[in-house]
Amino acid sequence: MIDRRLLTHFDWPLLIFVLIISFIGVFNLYSATFGEVESHLYAKQILWIGIGLASTLLITVFDYRFYRDFAYLFYGISLISLVAVFIYSAMHPEVSRWIKIGPLFFQPAELAKIAIILALAKYFDHFPKKDGYGLRELIFPFIILSVPSLMVAKQPDLGTAISLLLIGFSIILFVKIKWKSLVIMIIGGISILPFIWNFLMPYQKKRILTFFRPELDPLGAGYHIIQSKIAIGSGGGLGKGFLKGTQCKLHFIPAQHTDFVFSVWAEEWGLAGGLILLALYLLLIAWGANISIRSKDRFGAIVAFGVVSMIFWHVIINIGMALGMMPVVGMPLPFMSYGGSAILSMMVGVGLLLNISMRRYIF
Amino acid sequence: MRLGSQGIEDLQRRYKLFLIAGLIGFLALGLRMWHLQIIKGEELSRLSKHNRIRIREIPASRGMILDRKGRILIDNRPSFEVLLVPEDIVDMEKTTGFLHRILRVTPEEVGKRLEANNHRPPFKPIRIQSDISRLHLALLKTHQLDLPGLIVDVRPRRAYNYGSMASHLVGYLGEIDGRELKRDRFKGYQMGDIIGKYGVEQQWEPFLKGMDGGRQVEVDAYGREIKVLQRVESHPGNNLLLTIDLDLQMTAEALLEGKEGAIVAMNPQNGQILAMVSHPSYDPSLFAGGINHDDWETLIQNPFHPLQNRGIQGQYAPGSVFKMITAIAGLEEGVISPQEILFCGGSYQLGNRTYRCWRKGGHGKVDLHRAIVESCDVFFYQVGQRLGIDTLAKYAKGFGLGKPTGISLNDEKPGLIPSSEWKKKVYDEAWYQGETLSCAIGQGYILVTPLQLLNAISAIATEGILYRPQLVERIERANGKVLKSYEPISIGKIPISPENLMFIREALLGVVNEDRGTGRVARIKDVTVSGKTGTAQVISLREDVAEEDIPYEYRDHAWFVAYAPMENPIISVAVLVEHGGHGASASAPIARKVMQKYLDILKEEGKFPPLVARGREMDSLNSRDFTR
Repeated sequence: MIDRRLLTHFDWPLLIFVLIISFIGVFNLYSATFGEVESHLYAKQILWIGIGLASTLLITVFDYRFYRDFAYLFYGISLISLVAVFIYSAMHPEVSRWIKIGPLFFQPAELAKIAIILALAKYFDHFPKKDGYGLRELIFPFIILSVPSLMVAKQPDLGTAISLLLIGFSIILFVKIKWKSLVIMIIGGISILPFIWNFLMPYQKKRILTFFRPELDPLGAGYHIIQSKIAIGSGGGLGKGFLKGTQCKLHFIPAQHTDFVFSVWAEEWGLAGGLILLALYLLLIAWGANISIRSKDRFGAIVAFGVVSMIFWHVIINIGMALGMMPVVGMPLPFMSYGGSAILSMMVGVGLLLNISMRRYIF
Repeated sequence: MRLGSQGIEDLQRRYKLFLIAGLIGFLALGLRMWHLQIIKGEELSRLSKHNRIRIREIPASRGMILDRKGRILIDNRPSFEVLLVPEDIVDMEKTTGFLHRILRVTPEEVGKRLEANNHRPPFKPIRIQSDISRLHLALLKTHQLDLPGLIVDVRPRRAYNYGSMASHLVGYLGEIDGRELKRDRFKGYQMGDIIGKYGVEQQWEPFLKGMDGGRQVEVDAYGREIKVLQRVESHPGNNLLLTIDLDLQMTAEALLEGKEGAIVAMNPQNGQILAMVSHPSYDPSLFAGGINHDDWETLIQNPFHPLQNRGIQGQYAPGSVFKMITAIAGLEEGVISPQEILFCGGSYQLGNRTYRCWRKGGHGKVDLHRAIVESCDVFFYQVGQRLGIDTLAKYAKGFGLGKPTGISLNDEKPGLIPSSEWKKKVYDEAWYQGETLSCAIGQGYILVTPLQLLNAISAIATEGILYRPQLVERIERANGKVLKSYEPISIGKIPISPENLMFIREALLGVVNEDRGTGRVARIKDVTVSGKTGTAQVISLREDVAEEDIPYEYRDHAWFVAYAPMENPIISVAVLVEHGGHGASASAPIARKVMQKYLDILKEEGKFPPLVARGREMDSLNSRDFTR
């Protein structure tokens, strides 16, 4: 399977970018939870990164075209595991997004991100269209996309549902949709919104309104945004220094080790640290995009683009949220936020990128 | 396999477009960081010191509790409270010393309060004392500047307009504890919140609570408010309209004054509770701001158990009241007919044991009607013996005994209806026939709550339908709009034919209105009161002991269960007086006064006497009755 030519083409820079960001993540997590009950989380994160890297390397062993053959099967498995979440949460009312396998908690919604990328790539690879796809050809991709998205939204995990949709629509734009179809889709989408809105209960409407305008909930989401902005802003140009952040330590910021890790980082390392992290993500994304267009086939190009868009949207939305530019949604910052399932899905994505990258010269 | 890079040229063409879009996104993030950290950096870093932006909550005022006519039983009043924010306290010793001097709160007590709240969100004020006087308020206010971390705030607190009236029913409040916080029901609650802990306050907590508001405030380095940034008003909770009638409840409370026992009154046509009294009672205002340790100890160590709601938690032998069920079982099973005559010579022999009748000389020749009216034990020993315990148990259960009625109050007790199977399971012993005799007259293992007996007789009084006792008629929003109305819920039909139902009603009428009836005391002029007396033995005694000679705690419990008027029952009532002696003397007069009072209330409203007998027209009269 592995021949020597593959090793010479191994994409070391990509792996190194990922490792640097992960290292920063562990370092930052140590500070975020320093002196807290969860102060051991950084060690668990190292373990997760280790497991993630192992799966990354495992994925590079087989030719990625092999995954194309199993794309729909994999998609089916991820749907079944989403159903399992509902059954599991019906039995365990205290959890709503997880299933427990042995000692590990596992979040199938994360798996669905990869499953959607592979399934859409297989479909668009199988039916190539140079002049763009019309609505009829997009029915099947819409189904692929909307079934897991709705299930995840129902959990309720709005953040992940939105990221699934963003990844899917990015891929559809990438493979080209006909202008006419795009316009119809947008108009159609907008016109059914009022009907859906009327269907909602008042409290659901309120939740959605505060989702888009957190200042409507100054005691909840709006307050978290303010605290996150204060944390980041008080970091100034060079930051308060490692372990010196105060704002994030006092639980003013909820989930300072998951959704709001960037606030911790920017408070302690200032604008300089923030920009360095941003630059690292940008490098990673540009590198991944380069893999996509240099891929030797359509399937590889679409998969690589899907993984890149997954990283891109998570970075933009997570940091945008911490900066108070975006609605508050639970979306992890890739390789930085604590969380096994999120690390795993990102690392699997990186494995696919490496796989596509190292096989582009081999026919 | 497809050839090489086929089908990706078109993808490559749009590559730049995506890259530019991505770059714009990153640029926006970078600019925003620069804006926050450089341009607004100084301002935000000032706010970050001492966490200058805080949330001060505005607690919602809890929904009111009203009687069926909208009279306020419980509402809220303002209370001045002293709170501490430990994070802001500069000199702990000085602060606690000051509190000790002014409010007489020892530093240890303050320490305990802080300890109890150590899992609260940071900077959330901790309540130290409620209801401080105006003088103390003035003192605290003048010293507040020297004592950072000390807050005086006004918050709503429960006001009990009628003291301990209906305290078991409405329940009490308390601070949420760690165990409750973990439950799904209390999602969104925080340490230090006050919740309903008992009674209606607990059961309807989600409706009563309301929505807390809050102020987002900027404070100075000492935790003092500088300005309010945002404000969210609190929303008061919903009001509960109980099915209780205030006047009737007050009358019932007065009738039990100085006694231990319970009175429960109900509208038998729909199961609405009209009054529910349990004595001794407690003062719910002790709990309003979280009860203190000493008060709690006093309450739970009181030998008369003031916290127990005897109406639903007191389990007693039903005594002769149970004979109405033995009679119905006998009629339905055909082991006795209304015509059959049995002889009572004052005792009944079974094997080598003698079972006595309460009347030493015996009743002579009696039929079923007279046996109920005069409560002849010997007659029912024989009916019970013919039925056997398991048939008797089946009928008792058919009347809702032996299981909770399902009233929406916590810890309702099920009572106990024994059967041979039950005895095998619990004692691993066979059932003795002699035990059947005891059970047939409501002694022995049988246990019931006053509410269960009330429910059973209410079903007899009407069409045989058992209702789930109902306490809350409807829930109204603060603006008066009805949020939810509760309809009567039928939980079953008692096992009885129409003829037998008529027969038993006649007998219960006789208990009160015939000259030799045991319930004569409950007679009301021109009203067909019907009922049954009962005496629950606490322990078996020799028959020749005079009642005055029996120690109080061994004296029998007195029962009277009744309804009125027979043609169209509008009220049913169960009275139990613990250690009251005979039902006829201790409980029947109380039941009479309760029914009389309710008839007077209805008369005043022009709703009594009813114009038509039972029938369709009656329904409309009744429904008018409940909608005020």
